[in-house]
Amino acid sequence: MAPGFQPRGDRPRGGATLKDLKGATTVWRLFRYVFRHYKVRIGIVLLCILVTSVTSLASSLFTRTLIDDYITPMLSRPTGLFAGVGAGPDYGPLALALVRLGAILLAGIVAGYLSNFLMIQVGQGTMRKLREDLFRHMQDLPLRYFDNHAHGDIMSVYTNDVDTLRQVIGSSIPNLVKSLATIIATFLSMVVLSLPLTLVSIVMAWLMFKTTTSLGKLSKKYFVERQRNLGLVNGFIEEMVTGQKVVKVYCHEDEAVAAFEKLNEQLRSSVDNANKIGNIIMPVNSNISNFAYVLLAVVGAVLAMGASGTLGVGSAAGWTAWYLGGLNGAMLTLGTLVSFLTLQRNFTRPVTQISNEINSIVMASAGTDRLYALLDEAIEPDAGVVTLVNAAPSPAPNVGDDLVEVPQRTGLWAWKTPSGALKRLEGLVSLSDVDFGYVPGKQVLYDINLTAYPGQKIAFVGGTGAGKTTITNLINRFYEIQDGRITYDGFDVASIAKESLRRSLGMVLQETHLFSGTVLDNIRYGRLDATDEECRAAARLVCADPFIRRLPNGYDTVLSADGGNLSQGERQLLAIARAAVADPPVLILDEATSSIDTRTERLIQQGMDSLMKGRTTFVIAHRLSTVRNADYIMVLDHGRIIERGKHWELLEQRGKYYELFTGNQIVG
Amino acid sequence: MLKTLLREVRQYKWPALLTPVWTTAEVVLWIFIPYVTASIIDKGINAGDLRAVLRYGGIMLILAFLSLVFGFLAGRFAAYSSTGLAANLRLAMYRNIQRFSFSDIDKFSTAGLVTRMTTDVSSIQNAFQTLLRTSFRAPLNMVSALVMCFFIHRRLSLIFLVAMLVLAIFLTVLITRVAKLFKEILQKVDALNAVVQENVSAIRVVKAFVREHHEISKFDRAALSLFTMNVRAESLMALNHPVMNLVVNGCTIALSWYGAHFIVEGSLTTGQLTSLFSYIMTVLSGLMMLSMVFVQLTQSYASAVRIVEVIDEEPDMANPDEPVTVVPDGSIDFDHVYFSYTQGGDYALEDISLHIDAGETVGVIGGTGSGKSTLAALVARLYDVSEGSVRVGGRDVRAYDMKTLRWEVAMVLQKSTLFSGTILENLRWGRPDATYEECVEACRQACADEFIREMPDGYETLIDQGGTNVSGGQRQRLCIARALLKRPKVLVLDDSTSAVDTATDARIRETFAARIPGVTRLIISQRILSIKDADRIIVMDNGRVSGFDTHENLLRTNAIYREIYEMQTSGGEGDFDGR
Repeated sequence: MAPGFQPRGDRPRGGATLKDLKGATTVWRLFRYVFRHYKVRIGIVLLCILVTSVTSLASSLFTRTLIDDYITPMLSRPTGLFAGVGAGPDYGPLALALVRLGAILLAGIVAGYLSNFLMIQVGQGTMRKLREDLFRHMQDLPLRYFDNHAHGDIMSVYTNDVDTLRQVIGSSIPNLVKSLATIIATFLSMVVLSLPLTLVSIVMAWLMFKTTTSLGKLSKKYFVERQRNLGLVNGFIEEMVTGQKVVKVYCHEDEAVAAFEKLNEQLRSSVDNANKIGNIIMPVNSNISNFAYVLLAVVGAVLAMGASGTLGVGSAAGWTAWYLGGLNGAMLTLGTLVSFLTLQRNFTRPVTQISNEINSIVMASAGTDRLYALLDEAIEPDAGVVTLVNAAPSPAPNVGDDLVEVPQRTGLWAWKTPSGALKRLEGLVSLSDVDFGYVPGKQVLYDINLTAYPGQKIAFVGGTGAGKTTITNLINRFYEIQDGRITYDGFDVASIAKESLRRSLGMVLQETHLFSGTVLDNIRYGRLDATDEECRAAARLVCADPFIRRLPNGYDTVLSADGGNLSQGERQLLAIARAAVADPPVLILDEATSSIDTRTERLIQQGMDSLMKGRTTFVIAHRLSTVRNADYIMVLDHGRIIERGKHWELLEQRGKYYELFTGNQIVG
Repeated sequence: MLKTLLREVRQYKWPALLTPVWTTAEVVLWIFIPYVTASIIDKGINAGDLRAVLRYGGIMLILAFLSLVFGFLAGRFAAYSSTGLAANLRLAMYRNIQRFSFSDIDKFSTAGLVTRMTTDVSSIQNAFQTLLRTSFRAPLNMVSALVMCFFIHRRLSLIFLVAMLVLAIFLTVLITRVAKLFKEILQKVDALNAVVQENVSAIRVVKAFVREHHEISKFDRAALSLFTMNVRAESLMALNHPVMNLVVNGCTIALSWYGAHFIVEGSLTTGQLTSLFSYIMTVLSGLMMLSMVFVQLTQSYASAVRIVEVIDEEPDMANPDEPVTVVPDGSIDFDHVYFSYTQGGDYALEDISLHIDAGETVGVIGGTGSGKSTLAALVARLYDVSEGSVRVGGRDVRAYDMKTLRWEVAMVLQKSTLFSGTILENLRWGRPDATYEECVEACRQACADEFIREMPDGYETLIDQGGTNVSGGQRQRLCIARALLKRPKVLVLDDSTSAVDTATDARIRETFAARIPGVTRLIISQRILSIKDADRIIVMDNGRVSGFDTHENLLRTNAIYREIYEMQTSGGEGDFDGR
């Protein structure tokens, strides 16, 4: 916490809201962030605000000058009114004063616009920066984060929570500064005008500040309740509307409406309560302000009249007034009183504003809390130092290494250790005694031991939740193992830079995801520098070419966000083409063909075979055709490898594999 | 559109209508205050009459207090009626969604409906509140302040008129410009959200292909264009202040100049001049407020359209006038049925005619997109046929009361959905008054009893939202048990055991045959093992029935069936289990 932004005036009795303000640590953090990035602009803004405050003060003080220095003297010269036309009063000084005032006001306007303009850039710029920071940070978060957070929740950080900042940065900061500047400037001029009247003003301002903050505190309770009910209603809508088809099938409509009505009414009444208080603040404040005005007018009148000796009430009061008025070394003139009354308005308005801003900062902290929670989330650990590089046979083979690093793709890959040594990528993946659980205390994999030799095809089969997908997710370090060791060409996978590790592993996932863009863009996602022809070749390889050609614009057909216009099978074909164009040394296919009907699958078999040829491949499938010709089949059950071997060996064992395959339970 | 929205004000009509009344009262009182202030100065201070100061001060306090009361009432009523409207809108939408047919739900998409019921409603709530409070207050303030000015000094007031005209023209131009920009901003926001959404849901692909930098540059582009747009719109909006100040200050100077003249002439007093100064702000800020209302209304217009779409959506399926409430038996007939999901679109089903006896078990098999699920959905009248007719128990499904039909035709959907609550509560969706024993019995039939008993709290175990704390296979079995509790005449399983392992799947079929013999069963599956023992099997191909016969006959006569069979059994491909 920067000491500069910590409100220190945390007195025990007046500090309830200030304490909340201190609790809103993330808001202060946000402010620090803004100041760090926009030092110069904030500096200029502060300067501009100062100028505008002074000029607006000048304009309110002008009322006094106008009346006392210009109009009253003119009135006291009877010539203008009674001595006939022609010898009118001299308006020259007034004109000059007005021109001067105009110039000052113009400066104020320019400064005001400049500060607004800069604040827009600061506010919007901060929002943009924060969004980019959020997204950048999110890319480095472990998958665990995405597993544990609802997607809607993550999305709302970018929209709802960042939006609350617009208010805080865009208006709270400048308003606070402006209000403070106005208060100080006004206060000084009030002291200059009249000390006793200033004291009255301060008491009233303190009263307003107290009222606003304590009302704000009162409403906070209701705001918390409102947020809670809002969450409940949103949750209910989300769940029930998602399951709406089931609601229909079970004729559950009436119950659903009844339950919703109850929650809806709860929400309505808590919103209403929260607003009730919020709505009182403004009228109460303006009333206090009016009261202060009258009080000042009365006190001021007493002082002014006492001073001019035309008092009709009593000499004691007149004497007091004269004394007090004299304290300032000047009589309280009519013009002074009028100016003071105007100043009074200038004084109370920023007080209300400050207390309102404090309230809104406390409210906004809910948004900044969530935003910083995401930004503070720990990123994926990556201490890897071994990197993946393109390699070519060394032109001078007699030197120690037989490979040299080259910038372009050669189809030959090598691992580069920090010392600069190159080691050919073979595709030897080995797991030894690996234990793993997604959540502590709930182990899902036990003592996994297996070795995939270069070029081998390893298949995983087993029931739901047996741990097939989990194993592949450990090889590419989507999740970190708890115990044991995974090595890749002899390197511990933890010592390989994550980016290199994942670039060396081509994955086709169970659920296909397409991105909005053309078909070609989606295939090219596998390798961004692939040419159009390379993408087409990949599509032909996996038999995706015929259906793509049938699309309205062929390869240039724009797919909607989630590939809605393609069938599940067609989407899987595109995902396979994507992996093919990536041309990775090692492949992981997780139910890659599950939605492709058996007839099409037969067609693409050849393409799949040529894709897998020469590459170490891990395959998860529940179709026999995909599994049968694997070099090794691992049968998983409840997180353990219970059988392993070739297809016919496993059939002969008459164990779980046989059971899964035939659908018959083994008796005994 | 406006009519639909206003109709939902309902029980909050009077508070809503009274708000402007309170506002009017507040404004009128408020307007008198500067006038009284002038009296304090002129009749009190200038005249050296402390009694007058006290008298007018007292009047001012009373006025201020009354205006507080009315201001409070106005705020209170506005908040009350706008939150009420929001609640009514949510309820109206939710009620209508309950009437939606499956195709209506498809049309709006779940995510779309959720945003409409949350974000869009609060945008309307805010707009309505502003409308109630400000749209009356601002012009009223303006007009009454203007009247007061005329009352004080007619010729000086002309300055105000000129100022208002200038400001009004400026604001109109500004608003039309800004409104256009706001529309573009909304599109940019959508684009940004799309990038985030795609990224979050496809995060595994992003990470697997190491495309983080690619995604970041995509996002940065979206963020930049949103930023540029926002800065443009806000900078334009920010012109408001300098122009406003220019006009106000211009007025101040003009007032000072002419005011001085008039005071010297004697047609104006100093007190009146100070009142005029404070009226400048009232008049012009009223105009400003009004322009803000317009901006907010244009912003919430899109939300209003989206809400009304849901409320006014006429479900494309309605109960018949004289609905039949008894389904005599579980026989099913398709009579030259054609069906398309979109009007005039390609047929998903073409010329389907078949008859299924009551109590018969029928398997449905076929490739992806061949129309299996569509066929089943028509039996429970989840969609209406485009041509031809579907009959259950000998009567057209459109003649039945929809609830009766769906009660008798139990449909287990492809996507198994459970709701947050205990297992028992979820099961009782099937029959609200089912006893504990009946629920257990249904779970036994669906082979769910054993795993439920293994859970720490058994049948009282809490299911998380979306049923994420039970596995896919367990979820499917719970859904089957829930459907069995309906004691239906027809049971439709739409690929409902895909995640259940083959052995359990076989056991479920066995218990069905033994325990619920009279129920017509329609079993859709990708797995040949799940359906090969059915009485008869429908082979779907490209929206048509390619064969409908027993397993043995189909093997002989139907090429598609034979091919699937060969691929999935020993000679070719087999299924090990579901995912």
